[in-house]
Amino acid sequence: MALIRDAARVCKSKNAGPFELTIDVVFDDAAIFEKVKATGVLCPALFARLYSVPEEHVLFTPYDAAFAFKATFPRLVPAGEFGDTDVYGCQQHAPLLDVDLPI
Amino acid sequence: MPPKEIRLLSTSAILGYGFPEASLAAGMARKPDMIGVDGGSVDPGPHYLGVGKPFCSPIAIRRDLRLMLHAAIGAGIPLVIGTCGGAGGAPHLDLVAAMAREIAREDGLHFKMALIQSEQDKASIKRRIAAGGIHPLAHQPDLTDAVVDRSTRIVGMMGPEPFMEALDNGAQVVLAGRSSDPAPWAAACIRAGLPPAPAWYAGKMLECGATPSIPKGHDCLFVTVREDHMECEPTNPARRCTPLSIANHSLHENSSPIHHIEPGGMLDTSGCRFDAVSDRAVRISGMTWTPASQYTVKLEGVELAGYRAICVAGTRDPLLIGRLDSFLDSVRAEVATKAAAFGAAPDTYKLGFRVYGRDGVMAAREPVRDAVPHEVGFVIEVVGQQSQEMASAVLGVARANMLHTDFPGRLCREGNMAFPFSPSDIEVGPVYRFSVYHVADVADPREMFPIEYEMV
Repeated sequence: MALIRDAARVCKSKNAGPFELTIDVVFDDAAIFEKVKATGVLCPALFARLYSVPEEHVLFTPYDAAFAFKATFPRLVPAGEFGDTDVYGCQQHAPLLDVDLPI
Repeated sequence: MPPKEIRLLSTSAILGYGFPEASLAAGMARKPDMIGVDGGSVDPGPHYLGVGKPFCSPIAIRRDLRLMLHAAIGAGIPLVIGTCGGAGGAPHLDLVAAMAREIAREDGLHFKMALIQSEQDKASIKRRIAAGGIHPLAHQPDLTDAVVDRSTRIVGMMGPEPFMEALDNGAQVVLAGRSSDPAPWAAACIRAGLPPAPAWYAGKMLECGATPSIPKGHDCLFVTVREDHMECEPTNPARRCTPLSIANHSLHENSSPIHHIEPGGMLDTSGCRFDAVSDRAVRISGMTWTPASQYTVKLEGVELAGYRAICVAGTRDPLLIGRLDSFLDSVRAEVATKAAAFGAAPDTYKLGFRVYGRDGVMAAREPVRDAVPHEVGFVIEVVGQQSQEMASAVLGVARANMLHTDFPGRLCREGNMAFPFSPSDIEVGPVYRFSVYHVADVADPREMFPIEYEMV
């Protein structure tokens, strides 16, 4: 077992335009990326649960060439709107850090 | 015949973020065909488009612009800057154009300059709505005349075509309003006879300067683009590009890592290869381009949402922290009564308590709900519709009641809040919100972006 905070090279969030948030989890090489992919833990349902969004609103894409997983879903509030807490969206990654990967 | 290639130097991620002079000199020594930089982003939020000001300081923008003008004019190559002034509206472009003229006058530089406008007049947008040529993005509602009328400013995001026209007409300095970030670079590549796939991909690398390198930083990136690949290398010897650093960059700020929607088509990176050509340069190949059946221009617009006033405070009292929600409810009720008494009805303002140490960063998405912090920080916020004066008046009541409102078990009877500043209250000014995030169908990619030329 390994937490994402220990197993990943990158775990980050950022706006993808003013209405969407995108999260990337990147691994060191093809070997660990394939092992993580095989566990199925990183999937739309995980992001739906961690970020309280309907699963059908999560665009989830593994990107083999970068050993990366990307998930994109609506922001809680559009960037800069009343109640937005993170205009750039770059501090929304933390709930992923403690996800346990059975690798 | 030698293979077609073009050599491009990007100085930084944003005009005004800065770059080492030595990195620019090292890049110029490699004889680029064009230099440039991205001038803006939508990321800093709706305020800058609305208020007509840049998110980098004019002092920092001028520093970068002066160095780049000297480099380009000295070498006899074009200097191209997209999304001038941060948001690309008319006042943003005016600011950077005025700076270029001043620097030229002060330093004795002469050049032909093109200014490409991207701010859209409301009547033309309404004509497009009537013709059914505007479509929403990101699940936004259909655009209506009422929203257009309410909007403070609307810009269109240009593709490479206006840049190509300006360069074809002999402009040496091209300053543009809102632009797709890769567009100036894609324009240079396509003009050089290179295919759109490497042209757009090169633009994606160059628009962030040395961001695709490690250590990541605001610095210069040199990209050589050929028929079916490109090579990326930072000019600062302290940085290097690796296959992983380059691959990671294609994840940046896009909803999909493999399908990148651009004004005239889609860049597909699913078949990309990233190969090291040295310990600090990477060759990228395998990208493809699918032209869109309809050329579209993205529109960004903002409207005034009110006027903001804020106050920063903190508490170290465990008795208050233990019953924070009911305390904030009491304060909210006090504010409603007192603000209504001087003319601020509850439906004319929004009052927010941002609680740092609890859920100030993630709000409703914060999963940690059972932690008891020993201190918490507050940003007390009012956005009022009527005026700055009224927003500040409501905030004043909120601040006073955060300080003095009683709560059961209270021992700290002199005050609940530690204020770090005097004055405690800050007038933030007008607040904008995104109102337009749509695409417009166009027959000619240049039709929304008039170009003016001048000899400087």
